[in-house]
Amino acid sequence: MAFVSSGYDPSKPMENRITDIGPRKYDEFYPPVIAKNKGKWLYHEILQPGVLVHVAESGDEVYTVRVGGARLMSTSLIREICEIADKHCGGYVRWTTRNNVEFMVADKAKVQPLIDDLSGRKFDGGSFKFPVGGTGAGVTNIVHTQGWIHCHTPATDASGPVKATMDVLFEDFQKMRLPAQVRVSLACCLNMCGAVHCSDIAILGYHRKPPMLDHEYLDKMCEIPLAIAACPTAAIKPAKVTLPDGKEVKSVAVNNDRCMFCGNCYTMCPSMPLADTEGDGIVLMVGGKVSNRISAPKFSKVVVAFLPNEAPRWPSTTSAIKKIIEAYSAGAKKYERVGEWAERIGWERFFEKCELEFTHHLIDDFRDPAYYTWRQTSQFKFTD
Amino acid sequence: MAKHATPLLDQLESGPWPSFVSDLKAQAAKRAKNAENIEFQIPTDVVEDLLGILELSFKHGRTHWKHGGIVGVFGYGGGVIGRYCDQPEEFPGVAHFHTMRVAQPGGKFYSTEYLRQICDLWDMRGSGITNMHGSTGDIIFLGTTTPQLEEVFFELTHNLNQDLGGSGSNLRTPADCIGEARCEYACYDTQALCYDLTNEYQDELHRPAFPYKFKFKFDGCPNCCVASIARADLSFIGTWRDNIRIDQEAVQAYIGGEIAPNGGAHSGRDWGKFDIQAEVIGRCPTQCMWMEDGKLKIDDRECTRCMHCINVMPRALRIGNDRGCSIFAGAKAPILDGAQMGSLVVPFIKVEEPYSEIKETVIEPIWDWWMEEGKNRERLGELMKRQGFQKMLEVMDLKPVPQHVQEPRHNPYIFWKEDEVDGGWERDINEFRKYHKR
Repeated sequence: MAFVSSGYDPSKPMENRITDIGPRKYDEFYPPVIAKNKGKWLYHEILQPGVLVHVAESGDEVYTVRVGGARLMSTSLIREICEIADKHCGGYVRWTTRNNVEFMVADKAKVQPLIDDLSGRKFDGGSFKFPVGGTGAGVTNIVHTQGWIHCHTPATDASGPVKATMDVLFEDFQKMRLPAQVRVSLACCLNMCGAVHCSDIAILGYHRKPPMLDHEYLDKMCEIPLAIAACPTAAIKPAKVTLPDGKEVKSVAVNNDRCMFCGNCYTMCPSMPLADTEGDGIVLMVGGKVSNRISAPKFSKVVVAFLPNEAPRWPSTTSAIKKIIEAYSAGAKKYERVGEWAERIGWERFFEKCELEFTHHLIDDFRDPAYYTWRQTSQFKFTD
Repeated sequence: MAKHATPLLDQLESGPWPSFVSDLKAQAAKRAKNAENIEFQIPTDVVEDLLGILELSFKHGRTHWKHGGIVGVFGYGGGVIGRYCDQPEEFPGVAHFHTMRVAQPGGKFYSTEYLRQICDLWDMRGSGITNMHGSTGDIIFLGTTTPQLEEVFFELTHNLNQDLGGSGSNLRTPADCIGEARCEYACYDTQALCYDLTNEYQDELHRPAFPYKFKFKFDGCPNCCVASIARADLSFIGTWRDNIRIDQEAVQAYIGGEIAPNGGAHSGRDWGKFDIQAEVIGRCPTQCMWMEDGKLKIDDRECTRCMHCINVMPRALRIGNDRGCSIFAGAKAPILDGAQMGSLVVPFIKVEEPYSEIKETVIEPIWDWWMEEGKNRERLGELMKRQGFQKMLEVMDLKPVPQHVQEPRHNPYIFWKEDEVDGGWERDINEFRKYHKR
């Protein structure tokens, strides 16, 4: 493994340095039919699950075949995508915001061979490489975070639960039988780099034990005032601690009763880890959306306070999600999102329909907004 | 024979959904074989060790990645995230496993030529494992060693005309929806605005000068496919202020069942015959539509542009012609004091090159205020809560309008300013006492 220089000279870092050039310009990568008809599209139609046609004022058509996939992707798979795009699509391809891959062709005759090619490719383990679907009133790909593959703060994995969930929901990736689209998202901790807080169904990793304190190293590794300031509930205070060898060190003390397990202290101080096999797991949140269609965008609400991390397939999590989707499918009106359905029938009825237990954990007690979530009307429904 | 046994991960190879485990295993085998004689600059067995350490996390139920690490490329304060594993003896291939964020092109369109160049670079100088794409939108190069960071950056900038994205207390890589490129709902060119602002603010993107992260996201219409209203500090959502264009013949075709509603999105179930009254007119949140003499009528002045009718009948109804965007501020995920949705600041602004009005009257005044007043790790939305929406209007020199609120305040605790009250606050207690005995 000999070192091969790119041309960069570490002794002269500024020599020939190029900076601040930004991304490549979008229109370098437009397929010709997109470049020609940009801004002049008339309408679209979903011809079958995963297959769209967009029709332009010029009469041009572009057919899109959407496939799901893991966002964790090797260069081998990207090269295979390139091979398919070269073969069928003139050398262009795109990704969607939700980690789907879209292959576009301008000629209807090219659609079926493309679908056949994509659907026929499988991994050695037997799973599809490029399942066609993810459109319309169904479940599309899950947006998610890194999890145990790459992150230092997760309370659950990401790619694992996503694979397990999509295996269970696979039929709804390839069908459009639901009342509206269902957006499932996963964030492996409260930092939510996946911003799952406005999803129809959000899978959220959460810690349940206060931080451990690595007193011997804490003052060396961390700025103690920053760790204290990081705590939203003021549960952390400075403390002098005597180590087993009699040495006194500066550290912190945590009022465990005030900890809400957000992990913000660990973000600021590596000597305060929260991760724990039994403590960590999953919160399920339901009924959020980002679209302004009919009703305003909504936050997701916590409907299951905790499910354990059950690697490798998280069966408690996937079965709870499946139950919610089946109840929604049976009960919601056409065009109604999960949150709109829950609001129409009432959350008391939602728990009954979804066979989910309501516990004290689900009543908000975090600051002023909590009050607005308590019931302040004599209108409610009786449940069994 | 795999380097590490992965009995738990192996169980994720079955089932229909694409298995990342199968993909990683194939990649590991390909590197081991190295049929193309690539001069790998990081350990050949990096993917084997990645699988191994992930298996250990599946066994322990805990991550094995250490906290942070300050690495980067010279002169930039973002774009690289340092990562080290906590079991380097057992998994030396991923002892250093840093992330590089590569700024994605607008709309995530690619040529295969470019993708192959990216793959060639990353196979030689990194793990060959990516995220397509990260949550913010970047292409993520997942895993390389410290000495390779400058080499990758040099090759990106010199050979691929390609820069890194943002991380840390920077402007994060802005992201857009597919927009006018392939969507009839787009009310402005999301890719053009995204590209222009990304380039205008390269310094803010690469060199940390902000209190915390700052995100721009661009949605072409109120359907919000990139979720800007939920997660961008400044969210640009396309809208229009004239009338929805109606094709009455196409309306009749929907009523007659000749065209499937909602672009055929509900074809997996028999929902019965399309009923325009129940499905469109009755669901309109402002009740501003009706049928009259066999024609669909819309009172556009009462329309709030929710997109429902247009989504249901895209061949009959089209967005208006006087287009622009609404700008929302302050969205964020729950850390720390709870999630915040974006709040409407600019109800309507035209989106026209060179976008001076957006830059000079919206973005820059907000940044000046936030950089002056924001505390360390305080997002814009939190500053808005702490100092009040009025304060933001004041620094932007914007007139308050009822569009800014869902409803007026619930309490009379108004922070009157002295100059708003006749006579001011300096009063003479002795004069007062002449009429009001102690």
